Amino acid sequence: MRRKVIGVLVSVLMLITLFATACGTATPTEEAPATEEPEAREFEGETVSVIATWGGDEQESFMAMIAPWEERTGATVEYEGTRDLNAVLNTRVEGGNPPDVAGLPGPAVLQQFAADGHLVDLNTFLDQATLEEQYDDSWLELASFEGGLYGLFTKVAVKSLIWYNPKAFDAAGYAIPESWDELLALSDQIVADGGTPWCIGLESGAASGWPGTDWIEDIVLRTAGAETYDQWRRHEIPWTDDAVRNAWETWGTIVTNEDYLDGGTTGVLATNFGESPYPMFQDPPGCYMHRQATFIEGFITDQFPDLVAQEDYDYFGFPEIDPEYGTPVLSAGDLFGMFNDTPSARSLVEWLASAEAQQIWAERGGFISPNKNVSSDVYPNPLIGQAAGLLTSADVVRFDASDLMPAAVNDAFSGGILNYVENPENLDQILQNIETAAAEAYGE
Amino acid sequence: MRRVRFLPWLYAGPTLLLLAFFLVYPSLDTFRLSLYGPDSEQFVGLQNYVYAFTTGEMWIAFRNNAIWLVLFTFFTVAGGLVIAVLADRVKYEPAAKALIFLPQAISFVGAGVIWKFVYDFDPDIGLLNAILTGLFPNAEPVGWLVNSDVATFALVGTGIWMWTGFAMTILSAAVKDVPEEISEAARIDGANEWQLFWRITVPYIASTIAVVTTTMIINVLKVFDLVYVMTAGRYETNVIANQMYKELYINRQNGRASAIAVILLLAIVPVMLFNIRRFQEQEAMR
Amino acid sequence: MKKLRKTLSKFPLHIVVITIALIWMTPSLGVLINSFRTSQAMKTSGWWTMFATPFNFTQWTLENYATVLATQDLARSFRNSLLISIPATILPILIAAFAAYAFSWMEFPGRQVLFSIVVGLLVVPLQMTFVPIYAAFNKIGITGTFLAIWAAHTGYGLPFAVYLLRNFLGALPKDLFESAWLDGASFWTAFWRLALPLSVPSLASLAIFQFLWVWNDLLVALIYLGGTPSVAPLTVRVANLVNSLGADWHLLPAAAFISMILPLIVFFSMQQYFVRGILAGSVKG
Repeated sequence: MRRKVIGVLVSVLMLITLFATACGTATPTEEAPATEEPEAREFEGETVSVIATWGGDEQESFMAMIAPWEERTGATVEYEGTRDLNAVLNTRVEGGNPPDVAGLPGPAVLQQFAADGHLVDLNTFLDQATLEEQYDDSWLELASFEGGLYGLFTKVAVKSLIWYNPKAFDAAGYAIPESWDELLALSDQIVADGGTPWCIGLESGAASGWPGTDWIEDIVLRTAGAETYDQWRRHEIPWTDDAVRNAWETWGTIVTNEDYLDGGTTGVLATNFGESPYPMFQDPPGCYMHRQATFIEGFITDQFPDLVAQEDYDYFGFPEIDPEYGTPVLSAGDLFGMFNDTPSARSLVEWLASAEAQQIWAERGGFISPNKNVSSDVYPNPLIGQAAGLLTSADVVRFDASDLMPAAVNDAFSGGILNYVENPENLDQILQNIETAAAEAYGE
Repeated sequence: MRRVRFLPWLYAGPTLLLLAFFLVYPSLDTFRLSLYGPDSEQFVGLQNYVYAFTTGEMWIAFRNNAIWLVLFTFFTVAGGLVIAVLADRVKYEPAAKALIFLPQAISFVGAGVIWKFVYDFDPDIGLLNAILTGLFPNAEPVGWLVNSDVATFALVGTGIWMWTGFAMTILSAAVKDVPEEISEAARIDGANEWQLFWRITVPYIASTIAVVTTTMIINVLKVFDLVYVMTAGRYETNVIANQMYKELYINRQNGRASAIAVILLLAIVPVMLFNIRRFQEQEAMR
Repeated sequence: MKKLRKTLSKFPLHIVVITIALIWMTPSLGVLINSFRTSQAMKTSGWWTMFATPFNFTQWTLENYATVLATQDLARSFRNSLLISIPATILPILIAAFAAYAFSWMEFPGRQVLFSIVVGLLVVPLQMTFVPIYAAFNKIGITGTFLAIWAAHTGYGLPFAVYLLRNFLGALPKDLFESAWLDGASFWTAFWRLALPLSVPSLASLAIFQFLWVWNDLLVALIYLGGTPSVAPLTVRVANLVNSLGADWHLLPAAAFISMILPLIVFFSMQQYFVRGILAGSVKG
């Protein structure tokens, strides 16, 4: 009887194998376009493989963005989304079979692949003059490496925003602070009134700590200026420099003050960044202010679908700290790189660079298009349009420093943020640790 | 045991060939890379090993793997055994065993969410803090996964929850092989259940206990997914395999990652020797 | 009276077994309940509060399940998972059974050394094998095919399968095989007639776990098979319900339960092979 069992198992195995091979051969016909176009399209039947970290709504937005291109050229995009992008992309590239195009979560990764000679120089087929017309120089510069252009930004975010609940502010009679001192005075006022001024959440899976790196970056820009900021992110000044140290301590006046924080410092560490603004919309408010990028809006409206932009939630710019340096704007974004130089991949990258394509994602919400030809009217609500305007109107715009640093430094930075919130008295040691990681990563 | 010349290679051949390709060849390559720098081009001697044994992160990882080794191995094996033996005596055994087994059927993506609802800092979401603040209204909730003093233990707890079902399933099959006549004879001789357990059951299934223990020790050496999903090695929860992952994919230090992998391979040697001795004994006795 | 005493004496046993089972069940139960609650309720109140307010229907919803089930290509990814898991379960067990048999009942030079290497290979971190194996697969052009993932799971699953089966087969009594050989049975006959039938319980437990590991695997599938809809297994689909910032994780509880159904069916259907006395009397330890 048991022999029978084994016999059955073996035959099941064979059947499965047959079935799978049959399916394997059947798949292409299954996927062939149903409508036969009379005129031959440029890349009929070809596929372009794309890999990125986007899932859920992002994946839907991306698919919507490339749909017109697929329709026009007859090619299919084989999209793979995974948050294990590091492991998967690294293996594919080292193993000699990279995807045609990849969406990369920051310029540092792009620079690395460009330095190793894996990426295609986009200038070989994209017209520089057209690009310069559509993109601010800084976006092109961030995606360049040793004279070549290796990436294209398609969706970006503005980070120097402090979100608040206008109705709660009105009810308590609070005014929007114009400077860091006013911000701290307001925080004290809220505490005196029996409230909690801040909601901060640093938990974000393997990337936990990054919201804190954004705070530090905004503060460095406002206390030491853009020039020092650039030196810092290029590791031309050490992490133990007073300018950097001062920024951590400045942030410390908020993030180590138990009275200021919803849930105290443990709450800051334990709360997921996306859920951390929720208490702002409770009655009475669990907190009054939340510093986060434009993309936090999606988290707020998912949880509270009835809230109306500008009435129930709004933001003000991160205020100035030192009048000398004003209010620079911090930005961040994802960019595309191209690994295989094929005509269909070129065509796809050209499409992704266009205002027409980027408008599709912009309209669906969540992100800002860096292409100047995308009007700020296309965003689903005025808040995001306004933020898009900030990118062009601000005197100083700087890209998220941690995303520009080598991954090892970024990782040490965000880990250091968590250490600092847990044990602020260890600041010297924490900065020294990041400095060690940085010295190594820059090969010093 | 019969001596034959070619037949063994025919039977074991496919396995040996597959292992040579999938595991031996990459391991040899790993060993070679461990002597090279981050870009795998420059020979650096034992430098990567010196790094692995001197950096602070690795010592945290060694300490944590030791904690895992003691707590995780003990509780999964002992727990699995106790449940296997006890469940054997109740009528609702399949249901009870299914509940213990359940966590093995959950993917890591699911397990992360499950434990969020247990460990969350907010007593309105995390069960443990809800119980804590419910029983002791003056108690402060604990940040189970963000407090360096407790986070590793919280992870070990999750590990035990996931793997006890494995130990139980394997041990349960062995417990059921203990011949009824032997236990009956012992009972008639006046042995109580406790003595029965220690003098009959445990010796009878000793080899299965050894197998399960070996598997759990290997699990401890390789523990990664759980740590990566829940804390990513922050808050002093780092483990050897997580540090290897970090060196490989984040720091892009191929040489160091390889050296750490080789250290893992060396750490298994005592377990290998123990198993050889055990199998030799088994063959002498059968 | 005697019966009552027996029941009473068993009372602590029941308490212990039921308590352990309940503790083990609680985390999963919490997620099961939450999978039927709205995203808003899940993120603001504990699942246990539903015991106090079970009739507050604003918290209940089937939407999480509806959203997950409506995911594009879900049925296809379920089929892919099956296509991956079944061969990737049977192949390594079958191949390993032959090897375990040779290791336990045939004398050949290097036997112990080879076997100890097999045990040692259990600890090889998979990440270190990805690049060389992927490069080799790429050369022969099988990356992104089911063949690649079957081969990979077979290779990675063999050490444990050989180890477990060797332990079991090696423990079978010598007399059994020696009398078979005296009767003129070949190794081949003894393998199919004696070794395999007697090791059904260990084959069954091995099958359960190998199936589960493959079914729940995400990384190996992503590396060798990729995430394109035509081949992606369920785990890849489920992971992609959440976006890169972690939004929409409220769908994961429902998704976790949907992907758990099949492994649980496998577990229950294999239970019948764990019955008492399959070997009783015929085998000593």
